[in-house]
Amino acid sequence: MQISRSIYMRRAVFSVVASLIGVVFALPLVWFIFAPFNARAELGLAIPSPFTLSNFVTVFQNSFAMHALLNSLIQAIGGVILVGGAATLAAYALSRSSIPGKGAVTYILLLFSSVVSGSAAMVPIFLIISAIGLIDTHLAVILVFAGGLLPTAMFILRDFIDAIPRSYEESAMVAGASPIQAFFDVALPVIRPGIVVVVVWAFVNIWGSFLIPFILLRKDTLMPASVAIYSFYSEAGTPIVTLLAAYSLIYSLPVIVLYLFVNWKFGFRFFGGIKS
Amino acid sequence: MASVEFQNVSKTFGSFTAVPDISFSIADGEFVCLLGPSGCGKTTSLRMIAGLETPSAGKVLIGGKDVTYLHPKDRQISMVFQDYALYPHMNLADNIAYPLKVRGETEDKRHARAREVADVLKIGDLMRRLPSQISGGQQQRTSLARALVYPSQVYLFDEPLSNLDAKLRLEARGFLNHLQRDMGMTAVYVTHDQAEAMALATRIAVMDKGRIVQFAPPIEIYRRPATTFVANFVGNPPMNLVPVAAMVDGGQLRLRADGLTLPSLPISDAIAKAAAKGKMTLGIRPEHLRMAEAGDTNTIAGKLFANENMGPESLVTMERADSGRVTARIFTDDEIRTGDQVTLSFDTRHVTLFDETGARIPAIGE
Repeated sequence: MQISRSIYMRRAVFSVVASLIGVVFALPLVWFIFAPFNARAELGLAIPSPFTLSNFVTVFQNSFAMHALLNSLIQAIGGVILVGGAATLAAYALSRSSIPGKGAVTYILLLFSSVVSGSAAMVPIFLIISAIGLIDTHLAVILVFAGGLLPTAMFILRDFIDAIPRSYEESAMVAGASPIQAFFDVALPVIRPGIVVVVVWAFVNIWGSFLIPFILLRKDTLMPASVAIYSFYSEAGTPIVTLLAAYSLIYSLPVIVLYLFVNWKFGFRFFGGIKS
Repeated sequence: MASVEFQNVSKTFGSFTAVPDISFSIADGEFVCLLGPSGCGKTTSLRMIAGLETPSAGKVLIGGKDVTYLHPKDRQISMVFQDYALYPHMNLADNIAYPLKVRGETEDKRHARAREVADVLKIGDLMRRLPSQISGGQQQRTSLARALVYPSQVYLFDEPLSNLDAKLRLEARGFLNHLQRDMGMTAVYVTHDQAEAMALATRIAVMDKGRIVQFAPPIEIYRRPATTFVANFVGNPPMNLVPVAAMVDGGQLRLRADGLTLPSLPISDAIAKAAAKGKMTLGIRPEHLRMAEAGDTNTIAGKLFANENMGPESLVTMERADSGRVTARIFTDDEIRTGDQVTLSFDTRHVTLFDETGARIPAIGE
């Protein structure tokens, strides 16, 4: 009796503490959902009163900010295609072929990738992009992101492919498939859950990144949303909370949609073809 | 169907030698089992026939044609993998029909053919299922169907039954046996299960450390194992091997070991030569031992170590004074308890002798 009561006490205390911690983390999210619909939104949390959609109307009228969302899509999708495609092929080669020193290559790339996308390399990156005449183009942003994200993407995918038995492709080749047929018919569908993870990760990275497009782009018509969000600051540098909140919500929607889509379409894993 | 030949094939991985130098030939229509413990090079040899590994040296011939450097897809072979390697994103119909798809067959034709084979293997009703939605036995049959769906020169099996439970394994083994006799397929079958090899093969190649120790029909391997390694690998339980001290005395062979009572054995030149080294190994199969009765002259004695009742028979294992164990397959209902003194008797014509190096000494008159 005594023992079970103390267990109940422990559970109760644990639940209360866990709930409190949860609330602390949930509050900003609640603000994030409430504030855009509040005509007098401030940094404090409040039930929308009066409830309004006028914040959104104003944001939609800001053509610079709206166009920036399109630019973000172009840069993110371009980067994702490059990262996803190149990482899949590279990781497959690194996993399946017997190149001597392939492990070292991967680790060195991984080591340098954090440098490439970090702010430390901003000056050389700017100089390189400027030297090849790509300053102020979508391509510049896409290439720099691809360079920064590829090593990690390759690393994740290589581990994923390493875990997939070679007997899939071997059985296809014995059955008469060429290596290319074996890759597209058998290996690629099996690797797909891994590619999806990399694609989502790369998309979120590019979508949320500020520094690289801010430095490499000049024209307003090319700026992505992560930069355009600053158009909702007053001349004095104070945020216009109502508009900022509304734009932030719109800005985060594509990522949420992507997660939901991926979860619906690929959110399951294949099992059962290999008996271990 | 076609023959398979290895000419001085070797395979090394870096500094590791998987297969040092191996030569054999398999005739058209033979069912050959490569039998050996894990790491003996049997799977590597099979993969070299398939073209999944390239030999470091030597030649591989299929149907008399040199295929050493030919891509697997151009060898006209079928292979069943240990893990089945069913494509998880394709249903059974597409899995079985995949070899026909890469051969450019139309969807209607290849699905019809897949269905034919699937019906023979009793998985015809499952064609819309994914591999994850069927049982292990059904997965095994699906991978077999995929290997049978197109005409092949050689059928390769890489421990195809090792992932099945005992009952399904027996069933699948019987089916494979029937299939082979029916089709007259040339097959190379890798296994570490001696019972599988004995049941299926027309010839067994027993392998150890990358070499073929003995290549002979199952009954020959069982009756006349070439070495103590083969004797210890084949049979369930395997042959009892008792190290003995040997000497020739008055034109007779005398063998001594703890617990062994064996008056004398006739001698031949080969036996005399081996006995001169002073050491031999006496081999006797568990099924050739019985409980000793009064008057038995050839016996071996020790204390009971374990008595396992298998239903129709018992496996009686006793431990001799030098802690060597001897197992007998005995039809008995006698209650024997651990530690009891046990004496087993045998007939000298069932004794196999091995010399100091472990090679079998030919029996007299052989």
